[in-house]
Amino acid sequence: MPRLPAPSLYLLFAGIAIATVPHLPRLPAWISALAVGLLAWRAWVVRRRIALPRKWLVIGLAATSLVMVYLHYKTLFGRDAGVALLVVFLALKLLEMKSLRDVTVVVLLAYFLALTNFFYSQTILVAAVMTGALVVLTAALVGCNAPRRALGANVRTAAALLAQGLPVMLVLFLLFPRVQGPLWGMPQDAFAGMTGLSDSMTPGNISLLSQSDAIAFRAKFEGDPPPRGALYWRGPVFWEFDGRTWRGGRGPSSQFYRFEPEGSPVKYEVTVEPHNRQWLFALDLAGQVPPNAFGTADYQLISRAPVRHRIRYPMHSFLQYRAIAAAMPAELDYARELPAGANPRTRELARRWRVESGGDGEAIVARAIDHFRNAGLRYTIAPPLLGENPVDEVLFVTKQGFCEHFSSAFAFLMRAAGVPARIVTGYQGGELNPVDQFLVVRQSDAHAWVEVWLPARGWVRVDPTAVVVPLRVESGLAAAVPETGALPLLVRVDVPWLRELRFGWEALANRWNQWVLGYNPERQREFLTRLGMPSADWHELATTLFWAVGGLVLLIALFVLRRRLARDPVQRVWLAFCAKLARAGTERRPSEGPAAFAERAAREHPEQAGTVAAIARLYADLRYGPSPAPEGVGELARRVREFRP
Amino acid sequence: MFAKLLARSDFFALVFGLRGPETGPIRLTQRRVYVLPTGYGLTFAGALALMLVGSINYSLGLGYVLTFALAGMGLVSMLHTYRNLAHLTVRAGRADPVFAGDDAVFELLLDNPGGFDRHTVIARCGESAVDVDIPAGRSEVAKLPVPAPRRGRLPLGRVTLETRFPVGLFRCWSYVRPEMEAIVWPRPDGAPLPLAKIRPDAGEAVNAGGGVDDFAGLRPYHAGDSPRHIAWKAAEREGLLLTKLFSGRGAAELWLDWDDLPSALDWEARLSRLAGWVLAAEAAGLAYGLRIPGAEIEPALGSAHRDACLTRLALFDAAPARP
Repeated sequence: MPRLPAPSLYLLFAGIAIATVPHLPRLPAWISALAVGLLAWRAWVVRRRIALPRKWLVIGLAATSLVMVYLHYKTLFGRDAGVALLVVFLALKLLEMKSLRDVTVVVLLAYFLALTNFFYSQTILVAAVMTGALVVLTAALVGCNAPRRALGANVRTAAALLAQGLPVMLVLFLLFPRVQGPLWGMPQDAFAGMTGLSDSMTPGNISLLSQSDAIAFRAKFEGDPPPRGALYWRGPVFWEFDGRTWRGGRGPSSQFYRFEPEGSPVKYEVTVEPHNRQWLFALDLAGQVPPNAFGTADYQLISRAPVRHRIRYPMHSFLQYRAIAAAMPAELDYARELPAGANPRTRELARRWRVESGGDGEAIVARAIDHFRNAGLRYTIAPPLLGENPVDEVLFVTKQGFCEHFSSAFAFLMRAAGVPARIVTGYQGGELNPVDQFLVVRQSDAHAWVEVWLPARGWVRVDPTAVVVPLRVESGLAAAVPETGALPLLVRVDVPWLRELRFGWEALANRWNQWVLGYNPERQREFLTRLGMPSADWHELATTLFWAVGGLVLLIALFVLRRRLARDPVQRVWLAFCAKLARAGTERRPSEGPAAFAERAAREHPEQAGTVAAIARLYADLRYGPSPAPEGVGELARRVREFRP
Repeated sequence: MFAKLLARSDFFALVFGLRGPETGPIRLTQRRVYVLPTGYGLTFAGALALMLVGSINYSLGLGYVLTFALAGMGLVSMLHTYRNLAHLTVRAGRADPVFAGDDAVFELLLDNPGGFDRHTVIARCGESAVDVDIPAGRSEVAKLPVPAPRRGRLPLGRVTLETRFPVGLFRCWSYVRPEMEAIVWPRPDGAPLPLAKIRPDAGEAVNAGGGVDDFAGLRPYHAGDSPRHIAWKAAEREGLLLTKLFSGRGAAELWLDWDDLPSALDWEARLSRLAGWVLAAEAAGLAYGLRIPGAEIEPALGSAHRDACLTRLALFDAAPARP
């Protein structure tokens, strides 16, 4: 078996490393260490040309890892355990990689591993990194298929292959019939709350939900919809906090749905997509209760049966109101409860504020808002995982969070300072479809905010996320999350050109979200309409796709297989010379070398004997001579041009 | 007729347009170049299908992008694989004689007329395979070792030229059958020279080099050799005494004769014995002649003579009546 070329193997290891690195922080430390260690070991094997480890060792390691992964995740299936297994087994497979066949399997697994990164993040940055991995892995594959070739040439070939495949990719991406996932029951870990809001709020579940572009409900307004910033669609309300998760708890003690409306109501109709829960959604605060539903004292609208079919109800809401209902002391005490211990720094901050403001709720809220505005908090869809003191970490250490982190931290701060507070989840914003004037609210609009009790004003909404990143409320999530999350400087600094840059970047990120990540069945239909195929069904699409790809491959074939003859000018001139002689009746026989042919040609064309001999000599010198003079090519070309047999 | 079509060889001949041996350069035109996915290619397609299902299930926009990018790459790689083989020209090169039991090495000259390099083009014949890279506009020699178990003529069978470059998803191949053959000499056995058979009228036969007409070679000096025949210049160079050998009338004449062999030996064994004697005589520097049924080669020395004798033995065919 031929030895696999070392440079290509290093390239392969590099490609695997690129695909693995983004996973490392998400994996248990021992898996990260094992994967890195195995990769290094394998590279060492190549470097020192030592033997691969014995089979039983690899099998033993595989079995052990399998058990350890099971113990860690309590399952072998699902997204996280699957990725962990893929990382470990890919690294182990390297240890028994001997032949080209093994390499191909490893490269295939590595492509898979690259794909799994998108489960966690689909930012432009991750896409760029994985593109790099793709090129490097493909180059390694090319290198192992052409063991004597230089590394650079392999990378060029790989890049050319991928580049020439791009048109096919584009056509497939746009025209492949899209269906809305999921295709089967969703693994628990991958789809936490993805179908809708959940009955609890843990850091991470709303940011996960917000990655789904599934539609939650639609609303059609009478007249123009209110400004985006006023579109707070109320969902489940949470009272009880265990240090990490917010839950409904036992709820308010009273049972009356009561508030004082101010101004005139907004009238609209809501169509809720099935979500298998009982919440119905309306703008804060609903002025009526839908049929077969009831209102609670914390202003939730609850359907009497889980929503399992699309339902529609008329609604009117008062955007201005005084929510003074149910201000029972027991309820307010309940809205101040906190689990003991944890988050000492936040508690200390809250205590100071309470002392300094003499217990005035309004002043404390104002200080908290100021704090959120100036603390340099960063809004990101993928904040780091939190440890023992989650609120402290969000406010003082990592300073990153999504709406659930900020609202949880704010509510904690309020309760710690003695101000009653509760969490409201729901949706914020929505997208007006200019064609049918429906406001579409998607799971990605899922949001969480806080309500605090101020004796003079009742329950008052505070949206800490809006304080940190006003764009979220004004323009929606896509505009508010700088997709790489790596540009805090650009986000904060108020320099005109930097801001321009930031707007440009955000627009790019938005387009990325809309067209790459959010290219779903509906968007495809939109695109097809623009293409002049408004009612293309599955069948028609498949046919179009077939012909489009076929035609494209044909075009690429014309490009790839265009006749590229040897560009050796000496040879070209010589062939022209032979062609001239052939027309004159002296055809070169396959067996004849230049000298023999020239001799015969000279015999058959005695009047040109001198020229023929000179041309043959010049040709032989240029082609076979030890150091042909470069100007000889021109001389040969001139003589052949002037040659008239 | 249908049954005939289905007969494997005919069927193959029909589908792949097989002919007998072809003389002259063979250009791998597109009519005789075939492309099909490899097993790995099918696995790759299966993996892409899995990735696609995953992307649909998890609504991964970038998952679609990656899957389709790999699909595009795979399709394009088919064109590159085809390009890597198509329009290559195959010419028959040398095929030196070998002894039975060794490998005959057939040299195929592969000309790349294209303006791009070709990589890992594999020439395969039976069990043996060899791969070559052919730079743009150049020729490369593929030396294909083919086992030569029996003496005689060994024609080169059907050669498969194939490539999987660049990524191994597709295999592109073509069948060629250049008109080539190698002469396979009988395998020499190790028997010593039959000293008894040196002709009695050979004069100074035993002390060798007795001939005076044509210089035929050198051999170490034996006691009794004429001092006139000592190669003094060569001796100075080599550091030992060498005796010049001359062939011609009056020189030692060693006849390697079929009829002198024990009748217990069968044909092939006799040919092997004779081949062994040829080598031994050549090594000893004794002029030797060969006499087999239907052929006789006058005594001489030298590699050309040796090859002629061995070839005659290799092609021995006229079946004499066996005792």
